[in-house]
Amino acid sequence: MTPISDTPSTMNKTGLWRVIFPKVDEEKCRRCAICWKFCPDAAIQLVDGVPHIILDFCKGCGICANECPAKCIAMVEEGER
Amino acid sequence: MSKTTIPEEEYAYPGSTGCPGCGANLVMRYLLKGLGERTVISIPACCWAVMPGYWPSHCLKVPLVYCAFEATGASISGIRAALDMRGERDVTVVGFAGDGGTVDIGLQALSGAAERQTDAVYVMYDNEAYMNTGIQRSGATPWGAWTTTTPVDESRGFKQEPKKNVMAIMEAHGIPYAATVSVGHPEDFVKKVRKARDVRGLRFIHALSPCPPGWRMNPMKTIEVARLAVDTRIFPLYEIDEGVLAITRRGKGKPVSEYLSLQGRFGHLTPENTAEIQKVIDARFEALEARAARKNLSPSFTQLA
Amino acid sequence: MRTVMTGNYASAYGAKAARAEVIAAYPITPQTSIVEKLAEFVSSGELNAKFIPVESEHSAMAACISASVTGARTYTATSSHGLTLMHEVLMWASGARSPIVMTNVSRAMAPPWSVWADHMDSVAQRDTGWMQFFCESNQEVLDTVLMAYKVAESRDVMLPAMIIEDAFILSHTSEPVDVPEQSQVDTFLPRYDPEMRLEIGRPMGFGSLVKPDLYMEFRYKAMKAMESSRERILKVEEEFRKTFGRSYGGLLDEYRCEDAEVVVVVAGSAAGTAREAVDAMNERGVPVGLARLRTFRPFPEDELRNLAKKVRGIAVIDRSYTFGAAGAFYTELCGSLFPLRERPVVKNYIAGLGGRDITPKIIEKIIEDIIDVSERGEDVEPEWVEVKGLDRSWQ
Repeated sequence: MTPISDTPSTMNKTGLWRVIFPKVDEEKCRRCAICWKFCPDAAIQLVDGVPHIILDFCKGCGICANECPAKCIAMVEEGER
Repeated sequence: MSKTTIPEEEYAYPGSTGCPGCGANLVMRYLLKGLGERTVISIPACCWAVMPGYWPSHCLKVPLVYCAFEATGASISGIRAALDMRGERDVTVVGFAGDGGTVDIGLQALSGAAERQTDAVYVMYDNEAYMNTGIQRSGATPWGAWTTTTPVDESRGFKQEPKKNVMAIMEAHGIPYAATVSVGHPEDFVKKVRKARDVRGLRFIHALSPCPPGWRMNPMKTIEVARLAVDTRIFPLYEIDEGVLAITRRGKGKPVSEYLSLQGRFGHLTPENTAEIQKVIDARFEALEARAARKNLSPSFTQLA
Repeated sequence: MRTVMTGNYASAYGAKAARAEVIAAYPITPQTSIVEKLAEFVSSGELNAKFIPVESEHSAMAACISASVTGARTYTATSSHGLTLMHEVLMWASGARSPIVMTNVSRAMAPPWSVWADHMDSVAQRDTGWMQFFCESNQEVLDTVLMAYKVAESRDVMLPAMIIEDAFILSHTSEPVDVPEQSQVDTFLPRYDPEMRLEIGRPMGFGSLVKPDLYMEFRYKAMKAMESSRERILKVEEEFRKTFGRSYGGLLDEYRCEDAEVVVVVAGSAAGTAREAVDAMNERGVPVGLARLRTFRPFPEDELRNLAKKVRGIAVIDRSYTFGAAGAFYTELCGSLFPLRERPVVKNYIAGLGGRDITPKIIEKIIEDIIDVSERGEDVEPEWVEVKGLDRSWQ
């Protein structure tokens, strides 16, 4: 047969690519879901409106930090979390 | 929690192998939020041919077939015909191609599909160069941009030819619906996709898709730059619905330098170059607004022969 | 129904009898009457199918592939430049394991412009992973369309098939053709229903990216499938014979080869002419046979080796030329015979390019020459038959 792919891409742990990491300050979060909306990898889950970064997949692009209107997400070095 | 402004349901899994900050990932994500589960997609050679990952990885919750680079228009015609024979008329067939695969090598097949009034949605995600092969110029690369095949040196730099106007090309086919969308405006994006889904015939979506490596910019700027493209009117958001053009977002009319300065591919441009670009943008937007105000039918719609 | 029709109509009636569901085609001389007829069938409702009037042959094949992956039985037809324009997507079709059936009206390549019979177009596609059936008569064209679908759609094969009919000699020449009863065809060839197809609710990616650690394995499977087709072609032909009373000799159609000392190997319509020449020479006491290459892919290697053990000379007539080598039928046949300890003398004759007639007289001359050469020992130079301006006279 031709190669037919049927396994969810969650098999690819793209979180390994990450060099910087989005750190969320839950206190400051306004629960606006803008970070979730703009995540290219659907790697943000909303739990009671607060973003939870799915570490297995977040590539550390920083869009969430750049777009957050409350400025509650900071991109930090991997070791600093 | 607060209500989300676009559908919550995800049709893409995490784990795509797109670059960090990839605009094309967002184009697919918003597209499927708009279209829903009863969708099949055809993808030619482009970034998205590799982004679902190596076999057996698949990052979408809808079926997908890969096709040859220049063949998307033909592929969607074949899928549509086969689905119609099986009585699956309600399924949305999508052709999802990059700018090179659309305005260059795939233009003939797309033109054929449009002329045959193929019942499908064709999405061109426009990152303005051949990015998957390493940033070579395409017919959709804008005037002034650096690419690896439009190198910048002392005598002559950057791309000397303007970007192909794909919306005008598609409009000339008399298709029922064509729209521009940007990943910086997901609500507008999803709304237009929904509209396109519910029309019959060939519908065309032109999606601006920032590419951090190709545009030589920080990946965190993807949305910012997409939004600036609309606000500076270098990429206006509009739709042509049954031949009538409407601007869906006017943008703030910011100077184009704000958009260009975020991207290394424009880093070599002089203030004179930027002024030239600004002049073209202003003239183009004025014409667009004038046409939208007239609400007149596109000439392609007024003729049967 | 027994009627008189051209090879092109035989192709169209074959596709109709097979109940092709999606037909995508682009016009090219001399294929046009195939798709005109099919467009008529679809338009009149005689055939329940979608006809896609594509804007190029490349798109015709691309549309067929995607329709096939979506689960439809697909058909197209083309010729010469159309076929070679498809080259990329022909490979795609076999890689996608799409059992598409296509008629190629075999025609010369330009320049010089020529619309007449020649096998260059078909031969140039030998590495695309398609089965290739060369036909001798219009009846064989129709019957082979039906058999080709059955072979192509077999679970152990799942590869596309090309039916080759010579330009004008078959495509535009009328012959009596028996159109089989639809009910019999429906029993012989049930509806195409693949295990896997593009299907809502089954989110899968068809034809995805494969790393070097697995690419060879997918190619290996395609190779095994093509090997399986040898047996499958014979089985399907036997089944066809039982149902419809006709058969065509499997991969290598041998005629009067039992007591032959030399044989002529040829493909396509020239085989009909060769039969007459072989008959005439046998009547004059010359022990000669005909071996018609019915399939070029898969190549009938075993059949040719068995034949070679019995004869002392083989004349291979090629209606095309592989520049820098020789005729493709000749080089492939030589390759097949190489493992034999003792081999007959084999000589290559290039004839009939660009629609020039391959007459009974030419074939008789070739037979006389191969007898002469096989007595002398060897002659490795391909002979360009009746080329004007050469020293050697064939007149």
